[in-house]
Parts: sequence; structure tokens; C-alpha cells
Amino acid sequence: MTTQSTSEAILEFQGLAKSFVTPIGVIGHIANLFGARVKKTEIKAVAGVDLQVRRGEVVGIVGESGCGKSTVARMLAGIASLSAGEISYQGVRVPDMTREQRRAFDLGVQMIFQDPFASLNPRMRVVDIIGEPAVVHGIVKSSEKRDYVTGLMEKVGLSGAYADRYPHQFSGGQRQRIGIARALAVKPSVLICDEAVAALDVSIQAQVLNLFMDLREEFDLTYLFISHNLGVVEHISDRVVIMYLGKAVEVASTEDLFDNPNHPYTRLLLEQLPLLEARERDYQPIVGELPSPLKPPSGCPFHPRCPHVMDRCKSHMPQLLPVGPGRVSACHLNTPA
Amino acid sequence: MIGTNSARAQAAENLLSIKGLKTHFATRAGVVKAVDGVDIELAKGEILGLVGESGSGKSITGFSILGLIDPPGRVVSGSMTYNGKDLTALNEEGWRQLRGGDIAMIFQDPSMTLNPVLRIDAQMIEAMQAHANVNRAQAYARAREVLVMVGIPSPDERLRSYPHELSGGMRQRIAIAIALMNKPGLIIADEPTTALDVSIQGQIIHEMKKLCRQVGTALIWVTHDLAVVAGLADRIAVMYAGRIVELGTTEEIIENPRHPYTKGLIDSVPSRSTRGSRLHQIPGMTPSLLNLPQGCAFRERCAYAVAACGDEPLNTIEPDGRAYRCWNPLGGPRP
Repeated sequence: MTTQSTSEAILEFQGLAKSFVTPIGVIGHIANLFGARVKKTEIKAVAGVDLQVRRGEVVGIVGESGCGKSTVARMLAGIASLSAGEISYQGVRVPDMTREQRRAFDLGVQMIFQDPFASLNPRMRVVDIIGEPAVVHGIVKSSEKRDYVTGLMEKVGLSGAYADRYPHQFSGGQRQRIGIARALAVKPSVLICDEAVAALDVSIQAQVLNLFMDLREEFDLTYLFISHNLGVVEHISDRVVIMYLGKAVEVASTEDLFDNPNHPYTRLLLEQLPLLEARERDYQPIVGELPSPLKPPSGCPFHPRCPHVMDRCKSHMPQLLPVGPGRVSACHLNTPA
Repeated sequence: MIGTNSARAQAAENLLSIKGLKTHFATRAGVVKAVDGVDIELAKGEILGLVGESGSGKSITGFSILGLIDPPGRVVSGSMTYNGKDLTALNEEGWRQLRGGDIAMIFQDPSMTLNPVLRIDAQMIEAMQAHANVNRAQAYARAREVLVMVGIPSPDERLRSYPHELSGGMRQRIAIAIALMNKPGLIIADEPTTALDVSIQGQIIHEMKKLCRQVGTALIWVTHDLAVVAGLADRIAVMYAGRIVELGTTEEIIENPRHPYTKGLIDSVPSRSTRGSRLHQIPGMTPSLLNLPQGCAFRERCAYAVAACGDEPLNTIEPDGRAYRCWNPLGGPRP
């Protein structure tokens, strides 16, 4: 449970980056013939993120929309390609993997999506949605599929009797359980949950969060839990990564981060968290909005919104430096000039 | 109301008074009783949090107040008066004058509320001129004024923009600004911050509260998130299966819930005190409104259900205005 656990890194990535380039296009090329200087625009959605995820750990990734947290998830799950950086799974770099290791990586890292309405094929029966990947990858024989699926459905709290139904016959919470069963069907060791409970009602959200914790013990799972909801992340994570404009600005154990946040952005985010307390809250909301990644601010990306902004914040990008055992933060306040 | 604060009732005539509101939808599968007997009393300048899960009827209650129910839905019974005016007797022209004038609405998705092919100034001036006899310059000045009120930097520039040029948080501020244009007495906000980031949500709640206090506008804030209204509302009404099951001041509801459903909602919110342990969960799911169980609709999910719950629970109103519909309330029945 603690960050100081000695178990090895199951998933590791360094310098992970993703850029989206808008091409010039025909009109732009023609305009350029007449001397207009139309250039390609490049958006750095993720600009170099390093992380080691230890076996059995739950790592939360938090940030506002547009900070690149979902892009990180999609790159790890193999849905999006990498612009730069490398991923290692169980100590082996992806390019160095043998066929067998590559297969273990592809099956070992599974993803659970945000929208339980868009992530299930409406024309397939649940027995096929959950069972087909396992059959294709030779985990179960086609003849044993039904029993396998029924077993999985019961593990995630659905009745096996519903195996022949279609997704539209289920509620949002039940569909999310189907998505979880589908991910579990190929016996993964890492689950990447991208806003997996954001679309659910509070009471259903509690049920699904409890299910995640039960499955963690039963299947010895490692989670990467991506969310904008700090309350959920605080509840479930062992370690938290705070992202801002494509970069990690603070990484710390959940206790350290919530009790004693270091980065000004983390501090401000924690103050925004709506609390279940009936009292007048006197706080200053964060000024401004997340800047466009098209035109990132110079120096520290948070400086236009930061209450502690100094001259060097505007010109120099702060590096992620250790600020305590097992925690890093990227802020000039930690390094006296 | 289900629970009139006696002191408050004496103090002022209520701004909005809803009694026994029933909004039903006639579908092929049967009648869906989305709102089934809701009473709301709202004083001038009061902020009410209307909390419930999907399908509880909280949004339909808000839409009913503005006459925004389309067939097959219909307000089948109940009385609604606003400032002494009977809303149920309004014709189309009467509704048109009321909506956006005296009662304004803010919807969840700001990109659906704004017209994508009109500039912000055109939309705001139109909203003003539809209700007040003012010229363009006066309407423009008012538009600029409300944009400053909702905390939009460089309002002149923003007025010349199209909605797609603005971020989600900025669009929602514009939607709030349009709602404020005609100095409404009541704003109904339907999950206005659900689609926004926490930092933007914090800003908007902060500003809405400030505005309501300054201008004296009453606000009904519809949400599924108790934590959002905990820091905002004066009173909270909790809805379940088309009814208000508990109503009280924010402090009473959060710290001392009487209805087991309210307590279940509060306990299922993840927070620091729940870290590492299992969350309390309400078993099962919201019942289908097509065939609600006999008696208390929450009975089958309730840990405190007793034999009496087979009968429809009466609305118990305590002397201090606290109200709940439960046969076996937490903390026991009080005299």
C-alpha cells in the first residue's frame, strides 16, 4: 500500500511525449506560393512525462481538461503512438521485446473508458463483448466461453443470466461493470481507468470504486487511475501525479500530497475541491484558465495563474526536483535563487 | 412547502410557491411519473439546492417551472405561483415574457445554449430587447456590465467573439451573463458546472453566490453532487423517484440527515476520511419510474426499512421547517 514498497516497477515510462501536427493543407500550400508563410501548427499534448508504476500500486493522475492525462493513458494502452520517449513493461523496453513479451505487454495493460454508452458495441451480446477477446487470444476455448464469461460477470457483480442481453438493456453502472469484465477477460496485470467513474451517479460510483478495490486484491492488479475528481483520487490512490499543460508538476504519495502540497497549482486545486461541509467557504478561486497548448506560456507553464509568480518563473522552466522522500515537484520556490 | 420555516413564512411573501406538482410522461410502455407531487417554497434571494441522481426528476422539476415540458410530457396537476402570478394559467405569450425575463435558466451544456453563428453581442442584445424597451446602445452597455459581473476579462473583445472562440468555462459565464441581463427574480441552474473543470467550477460557484447575495436573485441549483451545493445553498431538497424525500437547511441535511437515502448519498462520497477503506454503498439502483414499488420507493434499497414502509410514507414536517418522507427516520421520530 505504501509508496516505499520494495516491489519492482511493472510499468515505467520516460520522456513520454505526444505532439499533434496540423498539416498545411492544399489551400495553405497555394497561399505559400504567393508568399504567405503558412506553417504547420504543432500541439504538444504531452511534453515529456516520466513515471515508474510499482506492482500492486494505484497511481492517480490528476489535471484539468487539456492537460494531457488522457493522452498519457492512450499511449500506455497502445491506442495512440508515441512522438518521443519509451515505455518499459516488466523491465523490458518495448522496442527490445520478443514476440512473447510484446504479447504479454499488449494483453497485460488494459483500459477502461469513461463513457459506458460509447465503449460497448451496441450490436453484440454481452457474452461476445466479454468473451471474444479471450477466445481470440487463446485464453479460453470457444466451447468454454460461456462459462468463462458467466464467471467473470459474477466477479464484477452482474448476474450470469444476463449474458445474452445487449448493452442497451443495462444501466450506466452495469455497463461500466461490463467494460471492467471485458478488460479482465484477458487476465491483465495493469488496468488503466480513464475517468472510469466520472459518468456515474454518486451511489453507483461508490459501488464501482468498491469493485475496483475488491478486484485489486483478488487479481493482484496495478491501477493507473486518471481523473479530474480529487476526492475519488484521494480515496483510491497510493501515489498521485499532478499534470499541468502536458507536464507532471508534482508527484507524491497521497498522504504527502493532500496533507502538505508543495506546488502552488496543487495547493490551489485542493482548495477548489468541493467539501461536504455546510460552512461558508472563504477562498480565492484560481484565476484564469488553462492556457492553450498551441501557445504555451514561456518559462513555468503555470506562471500566469500563480499567486507566487517571480521574475525567473517567466523565463525559466522549473525542473522536477526531489522535495522529500519519494516526492518531486517542479517549482522555483523550492530552489532559492 | 414541505416545511415552511415559520419565521421565514411570516417575514415575506414567498417568491415561488409550488404545490403538488406532477409532471408525467405518457409513453408506449406506460405513464412515467417523473415528478410526482413536489412542493417547493422559495423566498426572495434564497438559494435552494435540488439534489438527486439521474432519473430522480430534479431537472424535470426545473423545466416544469418554466413550462419547458414537451409532449409526451405534461404537467398533470399542481399549482405554481411566482410573485403572486399563476404560472399554470399562462398562455404561450405569457411564457415567452416570463422566460429569460423574470425567470432565467442556465443549462448544463453552454455549447448548446449559444447560437454558433451569432456573435456574443448579437445574442446578448437580442435577449435584452426581447424583454425591455431599450435601444442597441443601452442593451450593449448592459451586456458589458453583466460580463464584468460574471468575471470576464476584456468584455469588449469577448462581445465581438463567436461562441467557438471561447473555452467551455467562458461560454458558461456568457450563459450566466445572459441569464442576468434582465435582472431576473429567479434563476434555475440545471447542473451548470458538471461539464467544467474543478478550478472553473470553483470560480463559477463563487461568483454565482456573490451575485445572488448582491442582486437578491433567488436561485434553484439542480445537481447530483451534494458537495457542490454544500458550500452554496441555504437549503437543500433531496429528490428520489419523483418526490422530495428530505428538505432542510444545508447544515441540518449534511450534518444530521433524517432520511436513510440522504445519509446513503453523503456516505458514498469519497473523501479523505474514507481513504483505504471501502465506501459505503447504497445497494441496488434507482427503480424504474414505470413500475415503482408499493409504498416507499426507496424501501428495497433501504437498510432501515420496517413493515410500515409498505405504505406510502407521509411527509413529516418538524416545527423548525425540516421535512422528510420516512416511516423510520434516522435519530428516531421527534415530538
